[in-house]
Amino acid sequence: MGARTFLVHGLVAGLLAGIAAFVVAYTVGEPQIDKAIALEEAASAPASDGHDHTHADSDESAGHSHGDEAAVSRTAQSTVGLATGTLAVGVVLGGFTGLLAALGLGRLGSLRPAASTALLAAIGAVSFSIVPFLKYPATPPAVGSGETIDSRTAVYFGFVAVSVAGAVAAIALARWGARRWSGVPGVLAGLGAYALVVVVAAVAFPKIDELGDFPAGILWDFRVSSLLTLLAMWAVIGAVLVALVDRTWRRHSDVRARRELAASL
Amino acid sequence: MAHAIPTPAATGSVAPSDLAIPVRELAPWLVLGALFALSVLVLISSVQGAITIPEGTAIHEWVHDGRHLLGFPCH
Ligand SMILES: [Zn+2]
Repeated sequence: MGARTFLVHGLVAGLLAGIAAFVVAYTVGEPQIDKAIALEEAASAPASDGHDHTHADSDESAGHSHGDEAAVSRTAQSTVGLATGTLAVGVVLGGFTGLLAALGLGRLGSLRPAASTALLAAIGAVSFSIVPFLKYPATPPAVGSGETIDSRTAVYFGFVAVSVAGAVAAIALARWGARRWSGVPGVLAGLGAYALVVVVAAVAFPKIDELGDFPAGILWDFRVSSLLTLLAMWAVIGAVLVALVDRTWRRHSDVRARRELAASL
Repeated sequence: MAHAIPTPAATGSVAPSDLAIPVRELAPWLVLGALFALSVLVLISSVQGAITIPEGTAIHEWVHDGRHLLGFPCH
């Protein structure tokens, strides 16, 4: 069981996760995006002169164009474009989670490979996607000003970085605590440390509220669909990776048992 | 848990800690993997149009819906 095997497992899991995320995003998410864009276009219709508004000259909430005059058509954005995004993100998250599972192998207490892999995938989902979503939930098109996109992007990824670093520190603390005391207090210390880091960061990081009078119903539906997309992605990464790692582990221990039997004869 | 014994003919089952892959061996994979993952995430989530390159928003527009639904900032 080497790094290469884990990377391949992770990439396969990520590819399937990207497909699952696309299916969820397309079926539940796209209807909400369409509604939001329709609102956006209705709002900016009087000002529209039919020209393509780009980032440089847009003075309104729209960061970029969406209509028929856009560089990429809505049909492409909602199908192949969406699939490109979910597949690319799925593959890199899956591949990296595979490598993390390789690092976690035999290092998380007495957990067997399938269990340590599942734990790392869950920590990845919580620290990279779910906790950041709670602080900075996804927003549909028509929400957010083009002028603040740079600072919003920086603040979002800053928060993700703090959350992920907090998770890494929490794992280190949990391992240290487990060696020093025992498993349960060690894990509790790790959980407590992560919660503390995230709560302090959530209070310290700026609040972003550019919702204006965007309809609450569409906003809620959009956010649920976004969360479902992220959960589908991580669930498939975790499930497929655990299944593949467990299969490899069984083969590995079979071979080993047979070799030991042969040596003992 | 049985402690790691170098001889192959130990107990029938393998202790999880025997499986640990040395960090020295994993480090280059992790570094490369992290850099690659970050580049893709930056490309998908922002760069074009959001942070750099004022002209040429092709990638930005292409993955637009994915960015919204995966929770990355946009608009
Ligand atoms: Zn957008």
